[in-house]
Amino acid sequence: MNYQEEYRDPVPAKKLQQAIASVTTRPWTIMEVCGGQTHTIVKYGIDELLPPKVELVHGPGCPVCVTPLELIDKAVAIASRPDVIFCSFGDMLRVPGSRRDLFAVKAAGGDVRIVYSPLDCLKIAEKYPDRTVVFFAVGFETTSPPNAMAVWQAKKRGLKNFAVLVSHVLVPPAMTAILSSPNNRVQGFLGAGHVCTVMGFEEYEPLAERFGIPIVVTGFEPLDLLEGIYRCVCMLEEGRHGVDNQYARAVRREGNRPARNLVREVFEVTDRKWRGIGTIPQSGFRLRPEYAEFDAESRFSVQQLAVLESNECISGLILQGLRKPHQCPAFGKSCTPERPLGATMVSSEGACAAYYNYGRFRQAETVHASR
Amino acid sequence: MADPIEFDRMTCPTPLTEYEHVLLGHGSGGKLTADLIQRVFLPELGNDVLSRLEDQATVSIGPREQGNGRTGPRIAFTTDSFVVRPLFFPGGDIGRLAVHGTVNDLAVGGATPLFLSAAFILEEGLPMDDLRRIVASMRQACDEAGVQLVSGDTKVVDHGKGDQIFITTSGIGLVPEDVHLSITAARPGDQIILSGTLGDHGIAIMSVREGIEFETVLESDSASLNGLTRAMLAECPSIRCMRDPTRGGLSSALNELATASRIGVKLVEKAIPVRREVHAACEMLGLDPLYVANEGKLIAVVPSEDADRLLSAMRRHPLGRDAAVIGQVVSDHPGMVIMQSLIGGDRVVTMLAGEQLPRIC
Repeated sequence: MNYQEEYRDPVPAKKLQQAIASVTTRPWTIMEVCGGQTHTIVKYGIDELLPPKVELVHGPGCPVCVTPLELIDKAVAIASRPDVIFCSFGDMLRVPGSRRDLFAVKAAGGDVRIVYSPLDCLKIAEKYPDRTVVFFAVGFETTSPPNAMAVWQAKKRGLKNFAVLVSHVLVPPAMTAILSSPNNRVQGFLGAGHVCTVMGFEEYEPLAERFGIPIVVTGFEPLDLLEGIYRCVCMLEEGRHGVDNQYARAVRREGNRPARNLVREVFEVTDRKWRGIGTIPQSGFRLRPEYAEFDAESRFSVQQLAVLESNECISGLILQGLRKPHQCPAFGKSCTPERPLGATMVSSEGACAAYYNYGRFRQAETVHASR
Repeated sequence: MADPIEFDRMTCPTPLTEYEHVLLGHGSGGKLTADLIQRVFLPELGNDVLSRLEDQATVSIGPREQGNGRTGPRIAFTTDSFVVRPLFFPGGDIGRLAVHGTVNDLAVGGATPLFLSAAFILEEGLPMDDLRRIVASMRQACDEAGVQLVSGDTKVVDHGKGDQIFITTSGIGLVPEDVHLSITAARPGDQIILSGTLGDHGIAIMSVREGIEFETVLESDSASLNGLTRAMLAECPSIRCMRDPTRGGLSSALNELATASRIGVKLVEKAIPVRREVHAACEMLGLDPLYVANEGKLIAVVPSEDADRLLSAMRRHPLGRDAAVIGQVVSDHPGMVIMQSLIGGDRVVTMLAGEQLPRIC
């Protein structure tokens, strides 16, 4: 048993595929919220295995994609300072700001480093006491506990040369925004399994109630997704709403209490701007006043940095599931992972990049050309 | 909750389109590298040999014989630089790598590697003992591969202006008269054989760098492949093409093949050998083994009727023990590599865009 292959086994996958086909009588539109799930879906060709009546739309659950432009610009401004060591998860480096990305800052001499854990930044800060180590704290609820832990530890250890540039966003407000949109087409959700590992799924119960929809907390392996889709279709067909937990091997209703307590200790809920979507009320975290000394925005006075977004791509429509990536005129032409026009093409979790990398658009083109 | 959000008017920004500086990604062996070659190098330096973009250049020396159109001896020639960190890693070091890399680029062209040169860029302050170890291991690697290092150069740069040591090796080899391998030679119906497990080198390096520990030490696969290629060509002269999937991994090697031969490649995911540890590390780091570097593996394209014979010959060689047919050449989707996933869906395997980046979650 290694917790990988048994969730990628073609035999049960086939059974689930047949089960989904046999329960589906009407067209259904289901959104997977999380970018990691989008990735699995296109990587394994899961959408191809579904009956035509079941349509998956890809939600705004990629932290890289939804981090607003001005925050990238703030990161670029801070990372360009000679007195700063700027640390980030790898895939934020390619996200374009209004003029440059962090790779370009690095190429021009900035000290930009990829880390795997925010706690690594504390070690770097202790090693370079004369420079400030700034961590780009992006992500959904999933990455908030380690980020909170880094800040909490820094305070405890009295580390003065550490700060975080916070851009945390939350899933339930985004789901609420999508469901409240007049153009909403989503009838059921696959809940983001890793977010719920931390937060539990209590907060999704009122959502399911208010909008009368099924939400199935779902894992990330192909069989998880097929089973999550199966459960969601069953609930839709039976006219039931509520929260179901497919990912019970990792998720409990109350989530991870110590992690939640730590997050609550360090962060408070605030309005956040989402790239491609706009400001969603009460949709993110910021540092509590007790931890304000670790706020990179105020330390480096970049709060006022404002930028204009241009009108090139349709990622706003894609992030709420109103369009598929290949329906964008720029997709795969002027917009590719090397030359992204929008954030959804930047991150490997972004819907456009997932479509591009795993070839949906090229297959569509091939089919088209052979007609 | 406030007013519903007007999604339809929301847009995404247009970011940078050109880089003013060289990025690390330009050295990844993926699309940015290909861009650099196409936009910067080939326009100035391109000629009929370089523009073929094989792993090695094959040139004829001496006058063309009159009458029968045959040329003189064909020489394979290649060069490669090595900038690995850490210098010493499980399964090898920068010295062995510098010999293996160049020997392999010659070997996969069907050449018998003969002579190497080595140029060293040393950073002031490099421990002499480290240099001695590296040089000793280069000699050992040359002995094992049966090549002679016959020319060299040394430069030293200021402390902080290099990364301890950079090594560039060049090599020449002789191509037997009856061997004509080319990246343009793949034909629909051909089988694609991989000589062993994927991603060992890249993950061994990364696990040292990132401090990831496994129950067993994962070693780089760094090795000279000329013994294996000799055995392969002796058994199966019909081999169309060989490549060693180094930087950019299997995906780059196969995409280059698909483009150059104007054919499609159909891979079967479950046929591709990947070590459990490599698989686990890739899962943890958010990487894909298809894009991870190898330093002792090759792919061979062979007519279907000869595939079994070649596979048996490869498996008899220590460096081909885990060899497997991983896919075939098809006439559909020319220029593209498509892989059937474990659960049966298809995906396109594209070239790496820039560097392979660890994902957030």
